[in-house]
Amino acid sequence: MSDWISHPENIVFVILAVVMVGAGFRSVTSRNVVHAVLFLVVALAGSAALFLLLGAEFVAWTVVLVYIGAVIVLFLFGIMITRAPLGMETQLSHSNQTKIGAAIVAGALFALISVAALQGFGDTEFVASPTRTDDLGLSIFQRFVIPFEVVSVVLLAALIGGIVLARRDPESTEELPAPQPTGVATTPSTNIAATAGRSAEGGDT
Amino acid sequence: MILSQFVILGAALFSIGVYGVLTRRNAVLVLLSVELMLAAVNINFVAFDVYFQDAIAGGQIFSLFIIAVAAAEVGIGLAIVLLIFRNRQSANVDELDLMKL
Repeated sequence: MSDWISHPENIVFVILAVVMVGAGFRSVTSRNVVHAVLFLVVALAGSAALFLLLGAEFVAWTVVLVYIGAVIVLFLFGIMITRAPLGMETQLSHSNQTKIGAAIVAGALFALISVAALQGFGDTEFVASPTRTDDLGLSIFQRFVIPFEVVSVVLLAALIGGIVLARRDPESTEELPAPQPTGVATTPSTNIAATAGRSAEGGDT
Repeated sequence: MILSQFVILGAALFSIGVYGVLTRRNAVLVLLSVELMLAAVNINFVAFDVYFQDAIAGGQIFSLFIIAVAAAEVGIGLAIVLLIFRNRQSANVDELDLMKL
């Protein structure tokens, strides 16, 4: 153990792991919605630093660009739009009883995976070597070109689906003025408009 | 570096995400916890890829795919939450009990 911690990369790993777990825990327990999102930024930045430690530079910068750049902005946008209570709020999480159950489930899951990992891999050591973005690009566009195209179709479908879901239906607002000339069940404002139209017609004739 | 340290860190973050999904009431914060779980999976993918010294870097490429799918999932998820909020004036997952008898 003392041999393990003496490596500088493992010291960096321990610091990153503590920061990531702490930020992750704060992001699921914070009572302030915006703070929860900002703690998620810290956890994701920690994972990007971890990828740099492992030599996976392209994935690290992709995490920074896509997650921290785009996804977090989407989250903040969603919070502002749905008017989630900003500031301290007690109704953001479930009751204590649910929390205890959830903590048991999460703890059991963690124990299970940790024991399985320690039994399966023990202290298998490896040395991190940088992956060249060159190789990664060749691999994407040769070996993984079909999954790449499928992911691009998924992104396009998600984009169109998001727009269709989130926009206000323009057809229903366009159809609203249509029943006006018949004069059936018009609100006072449309009634005035209808009579104004009628008087304009009468002025013409 | 040993392999288990990355797997255990991934397991810790994944469990925190599970805890968040189970305890959060606000639908946006449930999605946020799912993001944490996806990030934990990414750590495993990249760690195993570096461990195997894969010639085609499959683990890193699949972590890139996960990032793309996560972005799509957040977009669709937030659109659905927005729609629910517009119809029910609430993003609380407890109040969405239309399927209850």
